[in-house]
Amino acid sequence: MSVADFIVSLPLVIMSAAAVIVMLAIAVRRNHAVAAAIALIGVTASLLSLLIAASAIPRQLTTLLILDSYSLVYMAILLCAAAFVILLSYGYLEQRNEHREEFYILILLATTGAMVLAASRHFISFFLGLELLSISLYALIAYIRSHTVSIEAGIKYLVLAASSSSVLLFGLALIYAESGSMDLSQLASVMNRTAATANAFPIIAGLMLILTGVGFKLAVVPFHLWTPDVYEGAPLPVTAFIATVSKGGMFALILRWFHLPNAALSGTAGLVLAIIAIASMLTGNLLALSQTNVKRILAYSSIAHMGYALVALLAGGALGASAATYYLAAYFATILGAFGLMTILSGPQHEAAALEDYRGLFWKRPAIAAVFTVMLLSLAGIPLTAGFLGKFYVITAGASQSRWLLLFVLVVSSTIGLFYYLRILATMYAQPTDITKVTKPILPVPATVALVVLTGLIFLLGLYPHPLWSAIIAATRSLG
Amino acid sequence: MMLLILILILIVGGIVSWVVASRNAAAARWIALLSICVDFVATLAIWVAARGATAQRWVEECNLQWIPQFGIRFHLAVDGLSLIMLLLTYFLGIMAVLCSWTEIHERTGFFHFNLLWVLAGITGVFLSMDLFLFYLFWELMLVPMYLLIGIWGHERRIYAATKFFLFTQLSGLLMLIAIIALAVIHRQTTGTITFDYEQLLGTALHPSTALLLMLGFFIAFAVKLPIFPLHTWLPDAHTEAPTAGSVILAGLLLKTGAYGLIRFVIPLFPDASHRLAPLMMTIGVIGILYGAVLAVGQTDLKRLVAYTSVSHMGFVLLGIFAGNEIALEGAVIQMVSHGISTGALFILVGLLQERMHTREIDQMGGLWETMPSLSGAGLVFAMASLGLPGLGDFVGEFLVLLGAYRANVSLTVVATLGLLAATLYGLRLGQTAFQGPNPHHWKLPDLSIREWSILGPMMTCLLWLGLYPQPVLNAVRPSLAAAQQSTQQEIVRR
Repeated sequence: MSVADFIVSLPLVIMSAAAVIVMLAIAVRRNHAVAAAIALIGVTASLLSLLIAASAIPRQLTTLLILDSYSLVYMAILLCAAAFVILLSYGYLEQRNEHREEFYILILLATTGAMVLAASRHFISFFLGLELLSISLYALIAYIRSHTVSIEAGIKYLVLAASSSSVLLFGLALIYAESGSMDLSQLASVMNRTAATANAFPIIAGLMLILTGVGFKLAVVPFHLWTPDVYEGAPLPVTAFIATVSKGGMFALILRWFHLPNAALSGTAGLVLAIIAIASMLTGNLLALSQTNVKRILAYSSIAHMGYALVALLAGGALGASAATYYLAAYFATILGAFGLMTILSGPQHEAAALEDYRGLFWKRPAIAAVFTVMLLSLAGIPLTAGFLGKFYVITAGASQSRWLLLFVLVVSSTIGLFYYLRILATMYAQPTDITKVTKPILPVPATVALVVLTGLIFLLGLYPHPLWSAIIAATRSLG
Repeated sequence: MMLLILILILIVGGIVSWVVASRNAAAARWIALLSICVDFVATLAIWVAARGATAQRWVEECNLQWIPQFGIRFHLAVDGLSLIMLLLTYFLGIMAVLCSWTEIHERTGFFHFNLLWVLAGITGVFLSMDLFLFYLFWELMLVPMYLLIGIWGHERRIYAATKFFLFTQLSGLLMLIAIIALAVIHRQTTGTITFDYEQLLGTALHPSTALLLMLGFFIAFAVKLPIFPLHTWLPDAHTEAPTAGSVILAGLLLKTGAYGLIRFVIPLFPDASHRLAPLMMTIGVIGILYGAVLAVGQTDLKRLVAYTSVSHMGFVLLGIFAGNEIALEGAVIQMVSHGISTGALFILVGLLQERMHTREIDQMGGLWETMPSLSGAGLVFAMASLGLPGLGDFVGEFLVLLGAYRANVSLTVVATLGLLAATLYGLRLGQTAFQGPNPHHWKLPDLSIREWSILGPMMTCLLWLGLYPQPVLNAVRPSLAAAQQSTQQEIVRR
């Protein structure tokens, strides 16, 4: 292993080391603040080491990993999301009587798994990263053991994720059996193969099975059934983690290997992905309409948002990958903010998830409600927020490749989506039913800092996209 | 820079009045009033200064770099048309603040914050010369308007506010796709990506593409205007909104739709607009009759006024697509005078509701006996709304009909029937509400000084527009000529 190899693997090494250090620290003495601090320092150090790694890219690390500017950009996004999750978790766990410290080990490991996904170029590293992520998540979802819903959600996720992993594995095996290679780079060429080609069937079947596994992690229709229950049952910071890091890692992988630099995605895989995207946009938004639990609403909305991101992926071309990445970054900032807000509002016994918990919030706690309004408007894609520019880039990518049907569905479904965001808004701005029940918990400092930063980030990404957009353009150019 | 400052004054004023209101509600009102007045005076100053120099296309411009990768610029510019619309915006803005002086007691600061932000959005819409920026402001005026209706509205406010938001958002997104598609096509033909209005003007389009893109823009503006089958949000939103909200909705938001048609649809897609002109004029005439007939049948005074808007906006659509300058000028006059007369009618209904706590026309009657000044003012505005010569609306409708007659005689004849229906609802309003016996024995206070200071200037403006509309016509003529350049000759020849 040369020095350059070491330098580029630094972000991953630091994350793994941080997990071990937290473990050792717990063995010496249990202390929540110390564990959280080590985790946060680890994530920050890893984030900084990206700058060092940037000097040695692009570099292939064994046959398993590729570290280029694309991997680094995604690692940066994932690490930022993980840092925010850690900040949100601290206050949340502080209120609860659990063993709090191990939580951070799991978060660090899961983030490492997602980072491996973003950098993998081989079936083995793909599967390793995926399992590292999934197995940590099983424990994270069921972390609050006193809550039966959490346990239920954990088991549900365990069963479904395990079976989807095996389906994915079978798909990988089929492709390997046919092509004799475990390289992910063959996927792009495989995809455009039509059914007429000889021996196409095992490859197409393998590809579909891979898409099943991928679709499960991304929670797109028809692999979305776990989403609302798991979102609802998991502790709020974990829900935020699933919505961001877990999906981000997988999306980075399919964006890299399914994306065609010069054309829109077509062929069987293109058709299947287009159907998945359309179904996700419509189903997600329609099912969210009748929900009364904000966590479930955001779960369904996340299905739709993955559909929007898929539109950019399908558009391909020079803009597609960049648009999808920008969209994800904007969505992550927004959804972290939304879940972060819900975390702040939650009490020790009770998570603020029911729509009724938000009635009259604006008149009781105007600052928090105003921030939540910003998050919801960003999710709905209203100008001045990150969500709008994300949507603008996606539509531009789609229009450049004339994917009109996808764009039309996007427009209609985001209007449907607007309806339930407005419902939450209307509830927040309604007259409070009982003013006596005003509970004013003290705001946990780390979560408040996180929210302030996220709100700033949403406006920054919505008003001044230049820095991030240039970085993304530079990174996605290396894909071609 | 001046134009940017106009918007910033409103944005900052909104924030300040929100902050101040927790200490002193009256101060919030004064700050809001002051910021709009400053903008009003500034716009007047621009107008006066511009009357000397006429050669330039834009009187005042502000063009800054924003998102270079997509050729998006922060480009604001003002010409005669924008100036007139801005003056109307700030005039009605002042009235909106004044008329909510005693109506709004709760959350005063946040109310004025929203009011000023709507006005900022509208200002941006009237000034943007970059299509991306235009869309941004177009959406920006939605959220505060939604909150205005949803928080301070009447009984079914959430329903009305949501309906309003969804209608405009869906149509707005279609326009966004059309804007992006236009920019993409422009890049494919010229190689540069830009959202600048003046550069996109000359984009060569395949006729069927042009038609689709035009429809994308048109639907957004048609919902705002509103045009007959897309109008259903309007009666609900207008009726449920607080008075200031109704004034801004009817007086200004509807005008942004008409402004969009004049500024964007016709110049960007001259051929497509010309091809669809007969259809558009027919829809306009249907709107005139439909709105007027429904207005006759309403029992809720606010709903009645709302439906008259549908009717009057039919005239605007007719004028815009008639394809000659007289009709277009008529449409602009109609926009301005409708903004004032309908705004005044909504304020009047607000005053009545504040006093009587009802909007039902049957509950009224014989109000002249107890409130002579208010009833007299009501009669004036009702007459303006039905198109009495000497008041602003008459000039607008007359010019529209005159221009439309050249384009299509039969449609114009049918449209004239709308005036008949207008007489019915106008007189019904005057007769049943203000005149006749007073069966419910109302004893109510007459207009106060503040209320006079709202309705007085509005009457004066209507009279001025009705008797001497020339300054307005002079101001907008160059802009309208520029908008019509490509189509005009061809249509006149027919």
